[in-house]
Amino acid sequence: MVSINKMFVVRYRKAWFILSAILIALSAFAILIYGFNLSIDFKGGTITEVRYDGELPSKESIEMAIKTLEIGGFSVRPSENDRYIVRTRELSESERRGLLATFSQGQSAFTIERQNTIGPTAGSELKGKAVKAIAVVVLMIVLFVTFAFRKVSKPVSSWKYGLATIIALAHDVIIPTGIFVFLGHFMRVEIDLLFITGLLAILGYSVHDTIVVFDRVRENLRINQEENKTEEFDITVGKSVKQTFGRSINTSLTIFITLLALYLFGSTATKDFAFLLIVGIIIGTYSSIFVASPLLVTFYKWQKTLK
Amino acid sequence: MVEQRLEARFPFRFGLDLVGGTALVYRADTSKVADVDEAMQSLKEVIERRVNAFGVSEPVIQAERAGLISGNPSNRLIVELPGYKDMEEAKRSLGETPLLEFRLENPKAKEIITANPNVSIDEVLIPTGLTGQYLSRARVEFNQTTGAPIIGLEFNKDGGDLFAQITKEHVGQVLAIILDGAIIQEPTIQEEIKDGKAQITGSYTAQEAKNIVRNLNYGALPVPIENIGAQSIGATLGASALNSGVRAGIIGFIVLSLFLMLWYRLPGMVASMALVSYIILSLITFKLIPVTLTAAGLAGFILSIGMAVDANVLIFERTKEELKKGKAINDALHEGFSRAWLSIRDSNIASIITAVVLFWLGTSAVKGFALTLGIGVLVSMFTAITVSRAFLFAVAPRNENGIKRFLFSNGFHK
Repeated sequence: MVSINKMFVVRYRKAWFILSAILIALSAFAILIYGFNLSIDFKGGTITEVRYDGELPSKESIEMAIKTLEIGGFSVRPSENDRYIVRTRELSESERRGLLATFSQGQSAFTIERQNTIGPTAGSELKGKAVKAIAVVVLMIVLFVTFAFRKVSKPVSSWKYGLATIIALAHDVIIPTGIFVFLGHFMRVEIDLLFITGLLAILGYSVHDTIVVFDRVRENLRINQEENKTEEFDITVGKSVKQTFGRSINTSLTIFITLLALYLFGSTATKDFAFLLIVGIIIGTYSSIFVASPLLVTFYKWQKTLK
Repeated sequence: MVEQRLEARFPFRFGLDLVGGTALVYRADTSKVADVDEAMQSLKEVIERRVNAFGVSEPVIQAERAGLISGNPSNRLIVELPGYKDMEEAKRSLGETPLLEFRLENPKAKEIITANPNVSIDEVLIPTGLTGQYLSRARVEFNQTTGAPIIGLEFNKDGGDLFAQITKEHVGQVLAIILDGAIIQEPTIQEEIKDGKAQITGSYTAQEAKNIVRNLNYGALPVPIENIGAQSIGATLGASALNSGVRAGIIGFIVLSLFLMLWYRLPGMVASMALVSYIILSLITFKLIPVTLTAAGLAGFILSIGMAVDANVLIFERTKEELKKGKAINDALHEGFSRAWLSIRDSNIASIITAVVLFWLGTSAVKGFALTLGIGVLVSMFTAITVSRAFLFAVAPRNENGIKRFLFSNGFHK
């Protein structure tokens, strides 16, 4: 294990804050400029996956055929060398039959592997629900952290632990989202329901990780009090971070291993999801060590200058 | 790779995305009913009857309530038909809401028709207000003596009262049964019927009677429904998703165990064993509840395998610190467990909060993820504390030497 100086994380906190601020700014920029590439889960539409047994017809010929249906904008994407994924607006029964007819090209037999239609209202309802879910998770977690650390009020009151957790959480949601918006723009990665699921899982993990570090701070404060030792708060935090550093890295590593297996060998349906979680675990581990804990010290210093 | 033994008493339940099939989502318009719960329940029952006509082995029909708790702005009905491929047929058979009506024949019907053969049905047959909304069920019965098929109707309470009133006031008149504007039966009222049950006798074959009964049950949708989503997944796509998910899990587990044993040595081996018991316990839980495993659910489970180790890592790291302070192995282990417990507890509560909210957000894919994650967290807390503990103390040496201390340390430390 890399041996780190006890105060390394706390002392250079400004550098971490600036790094995080830059990443957040870039993400916000991406979100504002490119916008979300939403999947049919949220905006409604029909997605059709068609697999060809013989020779794969060209993308152009399929696009030409679909154009004649006059069903508005659509996209055709090749996948796994033997199939296309076609996205259209929500299709009626007759339009659906028309679409299926366009797939018969040349002698190649085709199979509809998957077709999914979501009405526009169902999509927008889900969008509202997703936003609500994220808000509820953040709120509940902050309340829980405030509650769990209620007995710790010196030298930093317990709601500040909650506040530091919120900031770390926002950090962990905004940056992966920014990365996915970026990927959405350049590689057509979509924001779907699994993405929201992944974000929430990241939230859970990030807090999990932050709590382990905070728990150590809590324990060290208690020990100091019992032993009547006066120690500067930033020293205590630095010590706690160092003590939990190995565990943080190793836990992230174990999760990283399983997620990497999921990404490399898992089903295509969960590939983007696994990637999102990998990004999230890295960001989440970083934030609990380099953002949440140093923030406690910053809050403490602000508190002192105010007095 | 994954085979389901037919005789398995508690089989795994797989989601549509892993076995293939058709799913339909409906929105129920409950704006005109007073008791939404009851309407949704009877809607579910009607749809269940319709689905059963399909011969799908394990259909799943769920009603999702609107409201703050479910997060849905409208009442929904989700129908999943594993292994069923024909989406159009499914939509046709489930989605149509034929209107069943009981109408009294206008006493002057004959005159009206002779005067104007093209007269609308409304003038000949007068609506009574009794509709399929009040029918609780219809079934085929057989005349005891002749063996001729009879159609038995059963109204619910309000329907029964209305039916009694109509039959009382109009004995001798024709009460036509109309489905989607077409007259399917024109029985004559013999006497007042009080028990809310009716029989339609006519000359039809058993098959015709069966069809009519099916149509009557179809017509008995308590509320109008609208199809808002449909999904069909091919069986091969599902099977490959399942196989690759399982393969990913196995590979992940093997690499993870190797890492644990190399880094944490003897305790790492114990952690790997605890992990095996964690996997077995979780899978048993999935079977018993039963949890519907989807691609996302498998991903959640694989994620939870990684997270399950966390408790052990926390304990081992604490143990290592105590060892470094010069404590005996046994004492260090005790300290490690007791000190790590608080952070294991608090951090896992946060994960459980997330799982609960995810479950609440849930359409089936997300619910699967939330359930496997939530169960995973609970089971892992249990195995990390009980199984690892029992094993570790069992192998912890009473008298120690350098080699044994080495085995209980970790990383690059001697």
